[in-house]
Amino acid sequence: MGFSDADLAAIWLTLRLATVTTVLLLVIGTPLAWWLARTRSWLKGPVGAVVALPLVLPPTVLGFYLLVTLGPNGPVGQLTQALGLGLLPFTFWGLVVASVLYSMPFVVQPLQNAFEAIGERMLEAAATLRAAPLDAFFSVAVPLARPGFVTASILGFAHTVGEFGVVLMIGGNIPNETRVVSVQIYDHVEALEYTQAHSLSAAMLVFSFLVLLALYTFNPTRRKA
Amino acid sequence: MAGLLLTGLRPALADAVMVAVAANFTIPMQAIATEFDKDTGHQARLAFGSTGKFYAQIRNGAPFQMFLSADDETPARLEREGMTAAGTRFTYAVGTLVLWSAQPRFVDARGEVLGKGSFGKLAIANAKLAPYGRAASETLNALGLLDALSPRFVQGENIAQTFQYVQTGNAELGFVALSQVMKDGRIGAGSAWIVPASLHAPIRQDAVILKSGQGNAAARALAQYLKGDKARAIIRSFGYEQ
Repeated sequence: MGFSDADLAAIWLTLRLATVTTVLLLVIGTPLAWWLARTRSWLKGPVGAVVALPLVLPPTVLGFYLLVTLGPNGPVGQLTQALGLGLLPFTFWGLVVASVLYSMPFVVQPLQNAFEAIGERMLEAAATLRAAPLDAFFSVAVPLARPGFVTASILGFAHTVGEFGVVLMIGGNIPNETRVVSVQIYDHVEALEYTQAHSLSAAMLVFSFLVLLALYTFNPTRRKA
Repeated sequence: MAGLLLTGLRPALADAVMVAVAANFTIPMQAIATEFDKDTGHQARLAFGSTGKFYAQIRNGAPFQMFLSADDETPARLEREGMTAAGTRFTYAVGTLVLWSAQPRFVDARGEVLGKGSFGKLAIANAKLAPYGRAASETLNALGLLDALSPRFVQGENIAQTFQYVQTGNAELGFVALSQVMKDGRIGAGSAWIVPASLHAPIRQDAVILKSGQGNAAARALAQYLKGDKARAIIRSFGYEQ
């Protein structure tokens, strides 16, 4: 079971993409999940639905709209060009943007569940002890929601590693830039290079299993008393 | 047993054939199949997909009796592996490569825009997977531009995706199939250079009857029909040679 240089480059790129995506998702997803968990606004429903969309949409739909929106004639494409950033499709950062959207529910939903489970009383207690809201958030909510953070990070990372359809649509298959493992496997299969396809697929399978095993072993869901 | 008998007794006049069709031939084949059903009373049932995937599916017992590939290698390989009915392989279409841009007057009539390099991205189908990609790469090689331009490549997994990159303007220009930009017998929109056939090996698309279609009357009839005048006229009108 050997990997070619191209395979190794794809693996390294995938790990970088998943890491950057997960970090960004925790930064964006934490306040969003907090808001979703505590708000009484009518916007809660619509925002929650938008966050969950990637769960039900085929990746090609998301990829196609991203290609059009981020392209030179799309609104986001015109904005990025006006800002001197160039165009996002066919770049690493284009994949990051796509992955953040695509893996969003896998990070936001576990966090939201964890925050909802904390309940009002704990935070009210913190307030009576004169903790400012931000202080209460970091010293009470975050530690209590730790299992949610672990789940969110693992799922966000693993889901980005497993991403395929979106990358295929906006990636352009550029080595070291957008050719991730799943695309590399697809290329091997299409080119009838089944041995190489097997090696990479087996690695992906083992990796995914170990990640989920870790998730279920070290972070068991709280049993009902 | 009874099932086998019944199948054997069914009149050879009206048979159905399940055909695996390369995705780039979707629209012409739909037109041909409609005519074929009308003219022969047989029924051609079409499944569209990539050649590589069809190969894997056929090797693993997919229920196709005939295969219209996007290349000439895959049918030959299936033949060597004993998966086809002997002596049934033939070329049903030859593709034409064009350098195309969605912008008018971007591509000149002799493709000199390539040498000038006044563009950011050049879309090309994956040369390892797609016959049009290989032809494009051979063309650039013949022009002595392959090394200079390869850093600007964005690769589509197939010719349909490559076309999409150019059509949405994400790549200013790209090598696509003439059949994709032909409309009513001429280049529909944008600007194009029809690449001379001398710059690359012919893009042959071969068809073959598979082992499971050996005794299938509809499969044999369809193979004949594809070589006939009516089908050839349809194929040509979509920008393929024959």
